Amino acid sequence: MLRMTVVKSEQLPLQSSTDVVAARQRVRQIATELRFSLVDQTKLVTAASELARNALDHGGGGQMSIEVVNGLARTGLKLVFEDRGPGIPDIQAALKDGFTTGSGMGLGLGGSKRLVNEFAIESEVGKGTKVTVVRWK
Amino acid sequence: MSKLGEVISRNEESIRAEWMKHMTASVLRADLMSKVELEEQSKALLNAIARGVSSGQEDPTGPSWSGARELLQDISASRARQGFTPSETASFVLSLKQPLFSSIRRELPGSQDEMFDALWKCTVLLDKLSLITVETFMATREELISRQQQELLELSTPVVKLWDGILALPIIGTLDSSRTQVVMEELLQTVVATNSKFAIIDITGVPTVDTLVAQHLLKTITAARLMGAECIISGVRPQIAQTIVHLGINLEDVITKAKLADAFALALQKSGRAVVRSSAATNGSAQIIPAGPKEV
Amino acid sequence: MERIPILRMGPFLLITIQVDMHDKLAMQLQDDVAQRISEWGSAGVLIDISSLEIVDSFIGRMLANIAAMSRVLGADTVVVGMQPAVAITLVELGMSLPGVRTALNVESGMELLYGTQGISLGAAHDRSEI
Repeated sequence: MLRMTVVKSEQLPLQSSTDVVAARQRVRQIATELRFSLVDQTKLVTAASELARNALDHGGGGQMSIEVVNGLARTGLKLVFEDRGPGIPDIQAALKDGFTTGSGMGLGLGGSKRLVNEFAIESEVGKGTKVTVVRWK
Repeated sequence: MSKLGEVISRNEESIRAEWMKHMTASVLRADLMSKVELEEQSKALLNAIARGVSSGQEDPTGPSWSGARELLQDISASRARQGFTPSETASFVLSLKQPLFSSIRRELPGSQDEMFDALWKCTVLLDKLSLITVETFMATREELISRQQQELLELSTPVVKLWDGILALPIIGTLDSSRTQVVMEELLQTVVATNSKFAIIDITGVPTVDTLVAQHLLKTITAARLMGAECIISGVRPQIAQTIVHLGINLEDVITKAKLADAFALALQKSGRAVVRSSAATNGSAQIIPAGPKEV
Repeated sequence: MERIPILRMGPFLLITIQVDMHDKLAMQLQDDVAQRISEWGSAGVLIDISSLEIVDSFIGRMLANIAAMSRVLGADTVVVGMQPAVAITLVELGMSLPGVRTALNVESGMELLYGTQGISLGAAHDRSEI
């Protein structure tokens, strides 16, 4: 990822479905404060919802951190989703779309990737998964 | 490296003074930056370089140089935003060579080998630092430009209300993914604002329709459909029709018409209206009236 | 536990979703809709999502499930009022909700339901007495 400096940082737990709602609402709040456009906000909050849910349902629970970041000439919001779940054996396959089948691992990963400007994923079987996304203003 | 480090730390103040003196008007750019600001940046950078050199690590991309790199990136990015040219920005770093070389020559007159070694390390170091400067500069410019492009896009997609509940969206030029985003936003917001059930997307002005453009169009149509509005594509030229078939693009669920007029007539019909000629008493003009059941 | 209220409007059900739903609430809604359709013999379901600022893949699937399930029970479903930003995001996410009929607002949604059920606007009461 390009160079970014972190300006503000927060962490939220992802241990229940109400946590997922709280997490996406917090992202919405901060995005609004930063004056993101409505469509950009909606995309980021939706991506946050997908990734938070993944961490909960497939990762056995985890946490999300929200960071306001400054790029070279713009401001953005960076979200990191971490869990210590089973990990993803085949990341490439998980990134492919499989929504309509309605089940399976990594649902929402491919879609989430399209909703953000920068996307990075690290995962190790048996150790856990970490997804980092950034949406620029 | 250690000899170079000694030279710098012994002479930091005088090197900086000489550097400031040698920075030409083009590096200073009094219209963009004050002398005080420049002095502060020079002091900070020279200090950071001194620390990097004394760490013994020769490669400025290594970890001991992170302070210097970050400082340089900040300086370069701010120069890019302020309107300096890439050369002016790189010259800031490169103009440090002369005072450094002078100091080296003064301090190491004895051994030719030592002097050559220190000069060589110094020049390699400053060249690498100036490259970092230029790369950061370019990256900053790219971010600025992409933001400006976004703003421009928003100005170029008008949505026209043809009739009550019927919109037209003429697209002129290529349809790439960022344009599509803007088109979707404009169209959908207008759909809500005017409560329109039909949107005619006219592609007469779109030069080529390949698989990607078709995907973008389909995205727009799907988004409108999700909101409850139906899209009709018009302005499909014969060559476009051939390309679509040739590429095997699936437009089964999409209604397409060659002419905007036909698309308009269809939208009228679907919304339960017809165009009739009014009485001979008037000048023979036509009216649009409700007729027949609305298609649901 | 809180539930999303389901209102009966003649032959149809009207559901207005105004809260940010967590997963359990969404699942409960699916169950409740199925229950009500059977109980009241409803011919159609109208889901108003004009207040929803987020529809992610879970909620999207919920809507698709409600539509599919209602069809099996003999009722039609129309989802109305999707916000533009939501529609754009759903499409980017890859969801097109193929089995779900949509309309701009409650009024057009009702017209759609009456139309597909072969009920003319004035005869709603007759139908529900059958």
